[in-house]
Amino acid sequence: MRALDLDYMLGLVPVILGYVPLTLFMAAVAMLCALVLASLLAVERVIRVPGLDWLVVLFISFFRGTPLLVQLFLFYYGLPQVLSFLTQINGVTAAIMGLTLHFSAYMAEAIRAAITGVDRSQWEAAQSIGMTQAQMMRRIVLPQAGRIAAPTLVNYFIDMIKGTSLAFTLGVTEMMGATQKEASGSFLYFEAFLVVAILYWIIVEVLSQGQKQLETHLNKAYAR
Amino acid sequence: MISIRGLTKRFGSTAVLDGIDLDIAEGERVVVIGPSGTGKSTLLRCLNFLDRPDAGTIAIGDVSVDVARATKRDILALRRATAFVFQNYALFANKTAKENIMEALVTVQGRPREEAERRAREVLAETGLAEKADSYPAALSGGQQQRVGIGRAMAIGAELMLFDEPTSALDPEWVGEVLDLMRRVAAQRQTMLIVTHEMQFAREIADRVIFMEGGRIVEQGPPGQVLEAPHDARLRRFLRRVA
Ligand SMILES: Nc1ncnc2c1ncn2[C@@H]1O[C@H](COP(=O)(O)OP(=O)(O)OP(=O)(O)O)[C@@H](O)[C@H]1O
Ligand SMILES: [Mg+2]
Repeated sequence: MRALDLDYMLGLVPVILGYVPLTLFMAAVAMLCALVLASLLAVERVIRVPGLDWLVVLFISFFRGTPLLVQLFLFYYGLPQVLSFLTQINGVTAAIMGLTLHFSAYMAEAIRAAITGVDRSQWEAAQSIGMTQAQMMRRIVLPQAGRIAAPTLVNYFIDMIKGTSLAFTLGVTEMMGATQKEASGSFLYFEAFLVVAILYWIIVEVLSQGQKQLETHLNKAYAR
Repeated sequence: MISIRGLTKRFGSTAVLDGIDLDIAEGERVVVIGPSGTGKSTLLRCLNFLDRPDAGTIAIGDVSVDVARATKRDILALRRATAFVFQNYALFANKTAKENIMEALVTVQGRPREEAERRAREVLAETGLAEKADSYPAALSGGQQQRVGIGRAMAIGAELMLFDEPTSALDPEWVGEVLDLMRRVAAQRQTMLIVTHEMQFAREIADRVIFMEGGRIVEQGPPGQVLEAPHDARLRRFLRRVA
């Protein structure tokens, strides 16, 4: 048993903080892409485009059924061997791609459930005034489904932030990668990984507070 | 002029609409009555393609559709020629009263926002809800919601307005204000097809009353005749029951 090297830990904080923007950047971009993709997948699951439905089912099943780390390795190390145009893909792009595809599969299910939760009368009212299916989805159903799904989607965003730590296995120096480098220089593994754990924890706590506020806001919405 | 021929709708093996023939003149107000489960709602929903009919033709204004061969475009055209008022109001929950009315004008008819907003304010004034323009449906009483629902249908300027028991879901205290608004719509010579159990209202507003049973039109005529001197035994039984 030895005492914690607190000075080392304090000194490490600003170093790792410097990589927070990259971590948040990867998570934010992946989240935006995943939201768009998941909405498309969810709408397809609800309206069931013939000939496309089985593909979407397969996609969702695969990306929910395999570990994120395996998917990242498959994209970054595996795909360039079969698809030559991917040879220049960098770690950040590969990580964003992997996070997008992986989480869009989960988010599609959440959004699909939320779409199904929108009252049937809302669909019928939209149809009765002569909206096309796309107009009905975009203007009536998805906004209401979004409200229902929002708390769950924030949870996925939190998972995604934690998931960016896997990008270090693709050689990306983000929070986790930076910590790994520092630790292997100082051999103070416990201190280093404790610092990065606490920093992730703080980020997630801040987001959870935001999530609570979002929920109160959403509960008040449409009621004025 | 509205012309419906041989309109048929089956759920499973039962014909819920069994070859309905119906002509409605411009500005005519037709009230449909009949026991529960005889296809009154289905008739209105088929005219709007909320339920897809199996056979027959529907002609509303210059839109004419053979329902068995209806394309997406036909269906949209038919829906745009009709305006539906729902029993449960079915206002868009994510839109304010004003936006509910604007929605069809902007999204479906492609009118400029300012023009749609002006029209929405006019309609809200007519429905007596000018001060509720920015309220969401959840903040309105049932009667107010249904008046917005009627306003939403009025603003479209549709050839035919369809009302499916517009007062049945309301607390009794709100029924009067909704019927008053419907009287005002009727006074504008709007063509209306109304399903209702409000016999007094039917007597007062209808040019023609239709009695449906088992997916068919059994008897029809001016309210004085159908409601006061009915021929059909089933109609007599029905009237005794609702009186
Ligand atoms: N989606 C459906 N699937 C199966 N059967 C249905 C469906 N919708 C309606 N029906 C049946 O069709 C028949 C006619 O229903 P409809 O709602 O048109 O009756 P209605 O005359 O409007 O009755 P009410 O006065 O109770 O509103 C009923 O027997 C009903 O059970
Ligand atoms: Mg009905």
